[in-house]
Amino acid sequence: MIRKNNLSLVESPPEPRGAVPAVKIRNLSKWYGSFQALKAVDLTIARGEKLVICGPSGSGKSTLIRTINALEGFQEGQIVVDGIELTRKPEAVEAVRKRVGMVFQQFNLFPHLTVLENCTLALRLVRGVSQKDAEERALHYLGKVRIPDQAHKYASQLSGGQQQRVAIARALSMQPDIMLFDEPTSALDPEMVKEVLDTMTQLAGEGMTMAVVTHEMGFARQVADRVVFMDRGEIVEQGPPSEFFSNPKELRARAFLSQILH
Amino acid sequence: MHYADNVDYPRLLSRPSIYIPGLAILFGILLYTQAGATSLGQALAGLFGMAEGSPFATNLLVALVVTAVVAINVAVVMRLRLKHQVYVVWAELALLVLLFFYSFDLSFEFIRRKIGFLLTQGLVTTLYVSAVSIVIASVLAMIGAIAKLSSNGIALGIANFYTSLFRGLPLLMQIYMIYLGLPQLGYVIDAVPAGILALSLCYGAYMTEIFRAGIESIPRGQWEASRALGLKPKDTLTRIILPQAMRIIIPPTGNQFIAMLKDSSLVSVVGVWELMYLARTQGQTEFRHVEMMITASLIYWILSIVLELIQGRIERRYNRAQTR
Ligand SMILES: Nc1ncnc2c1ncn2[C@@H]1O[C@H](COP(=O)(O)OP(=O)(O)OP(=O)(O)O)[C@@H](O)[C@H]1O
Ligand SMILES: [Mg+2]
Repeated sequence: MIRKNNLSLVESPPEPRGAVPAVKIRNLSKWYGSFQALKAVDLTIARGEKLVICGPSGSGKSTLIRTINALEGFQEGQIVVDGIELTRKPEAVEAVRKRVGMVFQQFNLFPHLTVLENCTLALRLVRGVSQKDAEERALHYLGKVRIPDQAHKYASQLSGGQQQRVAIARALSMQPDIMLFDEPTSALDPEMVKEVLDTMTQLAGEGMTMAVVTHEMGFARQVADRVVFMDRGEIVEQGPPSEFFSNPKELRARAFLSQILH
Repeated sequence: MHYADNVDYPRLLSRPSIYIPGLAILFGILLYTQAGATSLGQALAGLFGMAEGSPFATNLLVALVVTAVVAINVAVVMRLRLKHQVYVVWAELALLVLLFFYSFDLSFEFIRRKIGFLLTQGLVTTLYVSAVSIVIASVLAMIGAIAKLSSNGIALGIANFYTSLFRGLPLLMQIYMIYLGLPQLGYVIDAVPAGILALSLCYGAYMTEIFRAGIESIPRGQWEASRALGLKPKDTLTRIILPQAMRIIIPPTGNQFIAMLKDSSLVSVVGVWELMYLARTQGQTEFRHVEMMITASLIYWILSIVLELIQGRIERRYNRAQTR
């Protein structure tokens, strides 16, 4: 009941859900000092869409997806998440972060908490869910990522692949509408990449809206609805993976693909 | 202990190249410092019926006996298990310190007569002043650290000035300034509150830096993960960052508490009847300074040990996740 009251601030008037895109980015520019990291980026992510973002190192991929949940600020342009305009106002940021889950390259699990506590803490503090319900929900998602029997261990006792799956379960426990992944497999040993990608593929199959920064082109081919190629703060080319991989139009995209596909 | 490799290197003291020169050096030092002439040396010589021997012979005998005792002791202790080794060595060293005090030919009768007052008045005051100051200093340190990490210019300015001033001025000055200076402004302040205020402000300033460094040692990713989950700034700090920072904050903070315990003796300059003040004044009346100083020192030591034990416990609690 309390939840509903809190949310009504941002949820009214109720919009027809299908009509509003999950994320709408218009003319987004960001500077670090005098260095422009994003240059008038336009990007719309439809509900249920799976987006893969790729591009050379330093091209602004992380910066772009981190602006979506306000981990990075921006100077120009507009970001609208689920119909909510992202400003610097606490209510706007809170409402957006409620809808957006994030998975990091370095997992960023909380080392002083157990796996289960990692997944329940925000549920209890942010959503006001009771301890018992939070644990039930967390165990459900830990089961989904196939970590149910490690719930009482600490993160440092798990393998890298397991830690990243816990991080996914932690984000999912908050029941977001959109999931952001910033190179989720880049810090993993090769044999653990697959288990994390499998989990993400499964999630995609369930209809989650996903924006994934990755160089795993196999995953992009199989799962993505659209591939976005960035270079030097701009979106240079985008299209369905079949087209992008077989017939990239831009020179920079070709050079990049020839490099990562050998 | 935690850093031991899984290689059985020969133990340092079991290597003859270290053990034997070590003993030779000890023997040399004892001989050179004429150990035979000390009170302990004389007692030893008497034991061997050599009290009347030539000084050199006595020195030789005492140096030999002490070296032999040390050699046997090391050989025995080396064979114990690590945990027992620590206890045995600790107890032996403590015994030596006590023996050192004992050699002053103290009047235990005098100590027995005075210790009651020393404890009920002096110790109680010291504990009271230290405990209250520790609590206030911790609160100040937490506020100071958060202010220093904030992007609020006013808070930052105040915090910077505060740590600069109270770390920069001698504590003794601060005590005088508060006790004698505040009345100039019209605030008459008693000696005990003045002492507590000075200690709190001074140690709060030191601890501000400890807390700040502890918080800063936590990787950015922890803040970001917490924010991405929607935690409020207060919850991010108290539930995510501080519990992790505690591991880094606690050891130097324990140091500060122990230092403060002993620095609380400085408030005696404004006439607070704490442990050191009483030790000095009680000793004066019968020219028994040493008795009172040693008694007070031992009480400080015992208090420090208690703080060390508490610190160890808290450290173990916050290390849980890392050591399991
Ligand atoms: N905090 C910062 N301050 C200054 N410059 C920054 C900062 N963060 C990123 N940059 C710069 O912005 C550009 C984009 O960085 P970003 O991390 O978004 O790249 P990326 O595409 O994610 O690269 P990678 O594949 O290496 O992760 C880079 O040139 C980087 O040097
Ligand atoms: Mg990146």
